[in-house]
Amino acid sequence: MRKSIALLTLLVAFSLLLAACGAAEETAAPAEATEAMEMTEEPGETEGPAPAAQGGGILDKVKSSGKLICGGRTDLAGFGMLDADGNNEGFDVDLCRAVAAAVLGDPTAIELVPLTAADRGPVLQTAEVDMLSRNVTWTASREAQWGNFTTTMFFDGQGFMITKDSGITSTDEFDGATVCVTSGTTTEQNLSDFFRQNGMSYEAVIFEDTSAVYAAYEEGRCDVTTSDKSQLASVRSGFADPDAHIILDITISKEPLTPVVPHGDDTWYDTVNIVMFALINAEELGVTQDNVEAMKTSDNIKVLRLLGQEGDWGYSDLGLDADALARAIAAVGNYGEIYDRYMGPNGKSFTLPRGPNNLWTNGGLIYAPPVK
Amino acid sequence: MASTQTPLVQKSSIPFYRDERILKIIAQVVSTVVIGGFIFLAVINFRNAANARGLTLTFDFLKESAGFPISNPPIDYDPTMTFGRAFFVGLVNTLLVSVTGIFAATILGTLVALARLSSNWLLSHIALSYIEFFRNIPLLVLLFIVYFVVFGNLPVVKESIVWPGPIYINKRGFYLTWPQLTESGTPFVIMLSIGFVVALVVYFLLRRRREISGQDTYYLPVSLGIVILSGLLGWVFSGGTPFQLSTPVLEGFNFSGGLRFTPEFAGMLLALSTYTAAFIAEVVRAGIQAVDRGQLEAARAVGLTTMQVLSLIIMPQALRIIIPPMISQYLNLTKNSSLALAIGFQEVFSVGKIVINQAGRAVPVFGLIMLTYLVLSLLTSMVLNLFNRRIQLVTR
Amino acid sequence: MENIRTTKGAIRPPQPPGPLKWVRDNLFNNWYNTLLTVVLVPTVLFVLVQSILWVFTKADWRPIIENPMLFAVGQYPRDQLWRVAIGLSGIMFLMGASWGKWGGLLRTISLSFAIVFAFLALLPVQLETLDTDLRIYLGSTVLLIFIGAWLGRLKAVKKAYILIGWAIMPIISIIFLIGFEGVEKIPEVSTTFWGGLLVTFLLSAGGILASFPIGLALALGRRSSLPVVKGFSIAFIETVRGVPLVTILFMFSIILVLLLPADSSLDRLFRAWMAVTFFSAAYTAENIRGGLQAVPIGQIEAAKAVGMNAFQTMLFIVMPQALRAVLPTIVGQFISLFKDTTLVVIVGINDLLGIGRSVINMEPAFLQLDLEVYMFIAAVYWVFSYFMSRASARLETTMGTRTTL
Repeated sequence: MRKSIALLTLLVAFSLLLAACGAAEETAAPAEATEAMEMTEEPGETEGPAPAAQGGGILDKVKSSGKLICGGRTDLAGFGMLDADGNNEGFDVDLCRAVAAAVLGDPTAIELVPLTAADRGPVLQTAEVDMLSRNVTWTASREAQWGNFTTTMFFDGQGFMITKDSGITSTDEFDGATVCVTSGTTTEQNLSDFFRQNGMSYEAVIFEDTSAVYAAYEEGRCDVTTSDKSQLASVRSGFADPDAHIILDITISKEPLTPVVPHGDDTWYDTVNIVMFALINAEELGVTQDNVEAMKTSDNIKVLRLLGQEGDWGYSDLGLDADALARAIAAVGNYGEIYDRYMGPNGKSFTLPRGPNNLWTNGGLIYAPPVK
Repeated sequence: MASTQTPLVQKSSIPFYRDERILKIIAQVVSTVVIGGFIFLAVINFRNAANARGLTLTFDFLKESAGFPISNPPIDYDPTMTFGRAFFVGLVNTLLVSVTGIFAATILGTLVALARLSSNWLLSHIALSYIEFFRNIPLLVLLFIVYFVVFGNLPVVKESIVWPGPIYINKRGFYLTWPQLTESGTPFVIMLSIGFVVALVVYFLLRRRREISGQDTYYLPVSLGIVILSGLLGWVFSGGTPFQLSTPVLEGFNFSGGLRFTPEFAGMLLALSTYTAAFIAEVVRAGIQAVDRGQLEAARAVGLTTMQVLSLIIMPQALRIIIPPMISQYLNLTKNSSLALAIGFQEVFSVGKIVINQAGRAVPVFGLIMLTYLVLSLLTSMVLNLFNRRIQLVTR
Repeated sequence: MENIRTTKGAIRPPQPPGPLKWVRDNLFNNWYNTLLTVVLVPTVLFVLVQSILWVFTKADWRPIIENPMLFAVGQYPRDQLWRVAIGLSGIMFLMGASWGKWGGLLRTISLSFAIVFAFLALLPVQLETLDTDLRIYLGSTVLLIFIGAWLGRLKAVKKAYILIGWAIMPIISIIFLIGFEGVEKIPEVSTTFWGGLLVTFLLSAGGILASFPIGLALALGRRSSLPVVKGFSIAFIETVRGVPLVTILFMFSIILVLLLPADSSLDRLFRAWMAVTFFSAAYTAENIRGGLQAVPIGQIEAAKAVGMNAFQTMLFIVMPQALRAVLPTIVGQFISLFKDTTLVVIVGINDLLGIGRSVINMEPAFLQLDLEVYMFIAAVYWVFSYFMSRASARLETTMGTRTTL
């Protein structure tokens, strides 16, 4: 049957054409991507289990490609957002910038991949991002499944926000309330546990998207909304009449928000961790974005060690240079400066008292091992 | 085989590479090898990758406790129940919104189509604007607008709009007074369903007899009578009170009692049906306009009334054209219900996504979601195709 | 039911034309139409007045006015915008040239682009974000469209030149958008930074283009006499058509990555594009199959009779007729794909809708202005879809007349 032959020829021709199309689309994309394409078609060649992440190579990969790929978001005020020029900014973004400044010497050399809540696990498991900084709560099961959690950079807890009109003053009066909540996060489970524990009934209204949750709450779809307190504060400040809403004192969960790196790469894990330590130590020692150059000649030995002027804080083992941490601080400032930039008294997004996010010396929980 | 074929080829002096029979076999083999090989390699890769990443591909987790709430479950559900149950709740919600959406969209779409064909210029152009507006915006954007803008501007609970009935409308939903089955209502339901089935059988039997004999067998009144009679009997058996009217009453934060449509469901229904209605209107209009004008004139000439013209002449012919594209609109509506996750209506896709997050079993859950939609689509198109075949036969 | 237009009007004796007669004939021709008109006129007026009032007085368009570039190109580096600009100008020039050569549908599209650009360039309102440079660029692009149209009219410019231009230009634009690693003037811009309308257009146009060869192969496969090929094609088409686009997007964005061999990665936008292509291919296949079935069997028999082989018959006889018959449907499919690309926001790609949601979260004050943002996005989609559907309807009529000739 000639027709079938013609058909086959056509099929082959079109698949070739298609491959060409694909190649054209991908021309200048990293060669890795094209390789992966071929691998899907000929998967037999990659038999045998491989480690979840590229073993030991993330730091090298970041250095050779000259950019840090960072999982984050663009739609959460204070933590990850866009400015009019399309630049990423926010608390979580600055942590990425600090790492990029330390490793690459350029805080702008980040590529921020916007992720949905459901994406977070898979991108770590496949090492699609070098670092995830997208207010992720550190939990045991995520530690086991997703990747290595570094240092908690933001201590949060789940709280409740209610309207003043509702006349509620405590959670005891919540029975029968309608609660707006985000799906697919720990928040949803905490809420369910809380009501079950207290033997109260409630009606949940569940959205995938955080902005939808608050839009629905503000429109009066719900009596109560629940989320991390930092988020509640940020959202409340954006309401037309912030004073009409109250954030209750009660905190029903622990939410340590922590940057994460993929499993299986100790060098990279240490690198990110130490950059986080440095940001915290810098605040403790009074090193700021502005005075970091001047502090290099300080007479405080701890400062000199942090800034790489004396001793080795581990850079030679990690393959970095002595100045790396100083660059990170020069790029984004110390921990307190990052916090205040977005959430301080004159913060870009909202004002949230530091509370547990004060340094340990000020009665907070922010504490990091010494850099020396 | 080969020995008998070889002389044949030589005889007709066609080289084997031009012999259609051989080429056909070769093509079969090649295509089988290519496609089979592709599937085989895909499966191998799938297993390797799953092993490498430690992904479990079993469905055991479905029996574990879900631990997350679902908003306004249509059937009994609480977070202590299993993932499987949660998934089922999502499925029920999908069915609920699809079926009601299909009915609403069909009615609305037909009305818009008739308005479009109206001789009133204003009405016809309002219908046209309706169609052009809804056909050209993304459904997702429409969903956001309906849910956050239209429903967001409804009054708060204490200032509910009251319509006669009473029907209460507020931000928390639509509350209707609704008959609720009492404890003694079961016999009534049983009798009514038996009556309905009997009536259906009688309807088709009598109708066929009319088609054969050509004499009117009064199939419609007879079957309706059977339904009414069984209802009355059931009423007597259940002691006269098969149901009670349940009226919504304000209690604490919210109304309770009556029939309630949550804003999520109502928003989904409204957006899905108004959107799909625009497409259905075009389908119906095309169907009606395709009926030859001569048919209409001929029907009038033999003295049929407008009603008769429409039900006996236009509709049967128009339906033949309308039904196939209508089926794909119904399927689209069902598939589009997966966008509900954007406005917090928890159908099968959004519940599935939560299960993926909470149970961390992306691949099996995902397979389950795909399978669900596939089965739904195939079932819908099968049922409608059967109906379509009947219609086509009747008018032959 | 009497609403259906009947022949009543046609048998009346002709009356002198005039606005009064038009009103009587179309609005007050019988008692129920009169009633309808009386009820509808105030309703329509009320809705219109309210909407206009809202748009011009109540609504606060700051989120859009302050961030036009975000909506247009997302996070694309601002110092590299000229690359997008060149790509756009190139496409617009070709569009103008095609208008000059073929007219019809392309004329409508080119003119609507020209009008939109001219409107923005000459907008009498002083806006910080719409500076002189941008206005000059927009103005010169309008000029480019008309220059293209003038060139297209010339006999010397052959159709083939324009077609070659269309084949090359999109590829050049995309290479230009991606850039080259290590080249200083055009550094690589990762697709992570692409967003807004740019992504919406790339995904829908790229999806339709790439889905065409696959769809064609699948359509031929479905008509094949080889059971394996036929079975595979049917299974593919029916599976994809049986599930919603979100599930396919989700599969490519999350599941596919998990199942790829370790230490491999695929660009996220590329994955979304693959998903859109796969989805679209199944529908294209069915459309093309419809076109193939519309080719009379006599044509194929005649081709065989004059000694064409199967391949030649397919290429020179069947395909041209089939493809011409399905072109309007393909345009229709492009429109729905264009609208459907909004779903990529669910897998975390900042298309127009995704940028809209980011903008809402940009400043505390913008949280209140979500209605304005959604309305703006709806309007953008509406304008493009509406003009494309008008164009497609026109294409259908011209095609129809041409085939009957």
